[in-house]
Amino acid sequence: MAATTPLEDMKAAGRAVPARLRDSVLAVGRSLVVAAGAGFSVVVPFLVVFFTGIVVDQYLDAPASGPVGVLLAAAVTGVVAAYWCSRRSAGWTRAQIRRWCGIRVRAEYSPMPPLERDERGHWWTGFSYHRRHGVARVARFVHWSVRDAATRRDAIWWLLNPWSATFFLVPPVLMLGGGVVFAFAAVVDGDLGSSRPLSSVISLLLGVLVAVVGLLITPYALRAHLDVAARVLEPGRRASNTQLKRRVEELTLTRADALGSQAAELRRIERDLHDGAQARLVAIGMTLGTIEHLMETDQAAARELLSEARQSSAKALQELRDLVRGIHPPVLAERGLGDAVRSLALDSPLPTEVTVCLPERPEPPVEAAVYFCISELLANAAKHSGARQVWVDILHRAGLLRVTVTDDGCGGAQPGRGSGLRGIERRLGTFDGTLSLSSPPGGPTTITMELPCALSSQRISTSFDKG
Amino acid sequence: MRVVLAEDLYLLRQGLIKLLEVHGFTIAAAVETGPELLEALLNEKPDVAVVDVRLPPTLTDEGLQAALAARRQVPGLPVLVLSQHVQQLYARELLADGSGGVGYLLKDRVFNAEQFVDAVRRVAAGGTAMDPDVIAKLMESRAGSGPLQRLSPREREVLELMAEGCSNSAIAARLTVSDGAVAKHIANIFTKLELAPAEDANRRVLAVLAHLNGTPQRTPASGWEA
Repeated sequence: MAATTPLEDMKAAGRAVPARLRDSVLAVGRSLVVAAGAGFSVVVPFLVVFFTGIVVDQYLDAPASGPVGVLLAAAVTGVVAAYWCSRRSAGWTRAQIRRWCGIRVRAEYSPMPPLERDERGHWWTGFSYHRRHGVARVARFVHWSVRDAATRRDAIWWLLNPWSATFFLVPPVLMLGGGVVFAFAAVVDGDLGSSRPLSSVISLLLGVLVAVVGLLITPYALRAHLDVAARVLEPGRRASNTQLKRRVEELTLTRADALGSQAAELRRIERDLHDGAQARLVAIGMTLGTIEHLMETDQAAARELLSEARQSSAKALQELRDLVRGIHPPVLAERGLGDAVRSLALDSPLPTEVTVCLPERPEPPVEAAVYFCISELLANAAKHSGARQVWVDILHRAGLLRVTVTDDGCGGAQPGRGSGLRGIERRLGTFDGTLSLSSPPGGPTTITMELPCALSSQRISTSFDKG
Repeated sequence: MRVVLAEDLYLLRQGLIKLLEVHGFTIAAAVETGPELLEALLNEKPDVAVVDVRLPPTLTDEGLQAALAARRQVPGLPVLVLSQHVQQLYARELLADGSGGVGYLLKDRVFNAEQFVDAVRRVAAGGTAMDPDVIAKLMESRAGSGPLQRLSPREREVLELMAEGCSNSAIAARLTVSDGAVAKHIANIFTKLELAPAEDANRRVLAVLAHLNGTPQRTPASGWEA
């Protein structure tokens, strides 16, 4: 704001102080919560171990195993409690980071492998056989929890959390509390004794100063603590096993889709050629043969057949042209995505405004996929939406090609209804692309397609519209 | 009449040369690539050029680009563009300068030698020859909106033929009606589309195409307001 008066400036400055004070008080409260959580998550397992030991020792007489049994029972319950607490405290910390800092720390626990039963009735956990179902479940759980990266990170945070809290959060809170107590004591002392007023005033000021400093540094301390937490809990840059597995599944699926649709496409082309152009060429050949015969005897009939043959060849060409357009539109090969989409817009019955911002040409397969998707979306808009205007935006930014198709129609489009959008999604999936749909009843409908893509060769960006 | 021909496929090039020579044209140059075409067009200054859209070395729209570049340097240089497919986009680009003398036809049209030669002559004379497919698509995409709906079916037929570049007598012959009837239809079309009447047939066609293309023609200063 350029035109603020001095009075407004003063007001703004005045607001800043209470805001900062409020932040600090809030941070103190949050620090206490965090510290309590850290303490709780450590204390609970020890209490559990302690009580288990007492209970087992007192009430379950186990002379055979003796102290070993007691220790074993205590250890098992302790580990279970530690596991539960570590998972809980990590969950809390993630939630706190998200709520207070707005950073989403993902928790990627790998799924537990299913138990499989073989023909002998044994249970296979994925790495060992067990006769009993219960034992197999425990074995599976132990194996999984030791191998799971997210659980490991939880455990590390469980161990680190108290230390981090002690290091970062306790000093400022202690400074605040100590300062307040010190100042209070000075005031009380000064009132009662009043023998050395100067020193009690200095003590009061010192106490207030320490308390204020403690209050002011608390938000930063809390921030530092949560930063450590985020670093520990954030899944590493290196892809985890879970992510890799998911990726492989995705790739297998999209590859199957791509191969399937390619095979279908080839079949369609084969059929079209067989029933269309090929058949027509055979017919033309036969007609020409007949003409050869008729040349000598009946020239009028020969002429008639000649014109028929010419028409046949024209039809064959027309069919081949349609087929080629379905395989790879010539205008796409000649001009690239922008002009190809403009060409689509010109042929569309709806007024369509096309804005293209592509510094260079995308890879040919991406270009073709996006072209066919836009073609289908435009056809959908013309058929179903009842729109009067369509806008197509093609934009490339930060390695991502984004296409938005918007119409001012009646909306209410659903991804499930009709296989059109599904087909587009599948086509984009091969390129790791996504499709999102926003179509409230009453419109407008906006479909956004995004796919990662690199660009090549020089092209200029242009804007164009068709009235 | 001197022709510059650009076509990269040997068989088609030879066929076109033969066809044009039979009908009394002189081949000034027959070239294969885009750069050669531009050079030939600028050096030979032919009466008309017959150009394939897709030419080496890039095998994209080199032919069209060379033709457009030549027309920028020599305004009104008659060019007939041939292609395996027709696009409204290319038709617009050819018509954009509004000076006439352009043709845009599917290669199939060569099959009908008389009509093809007629189209070449028309373009050479500064007229237009638009492929029926282009016009049909143009009419289709404009059909939903505005004045075209006011035309009668017969008037639409006349409009299509006129947009292809046919003269009054050619339209009359195709529709098997009298010249007078065609003139009356054309007058009606101009009234319904709110176009200013024009004496010159070429200017009239350009006005119709501009109207179909949706190109604004509110500025009489542009020189081709019909």
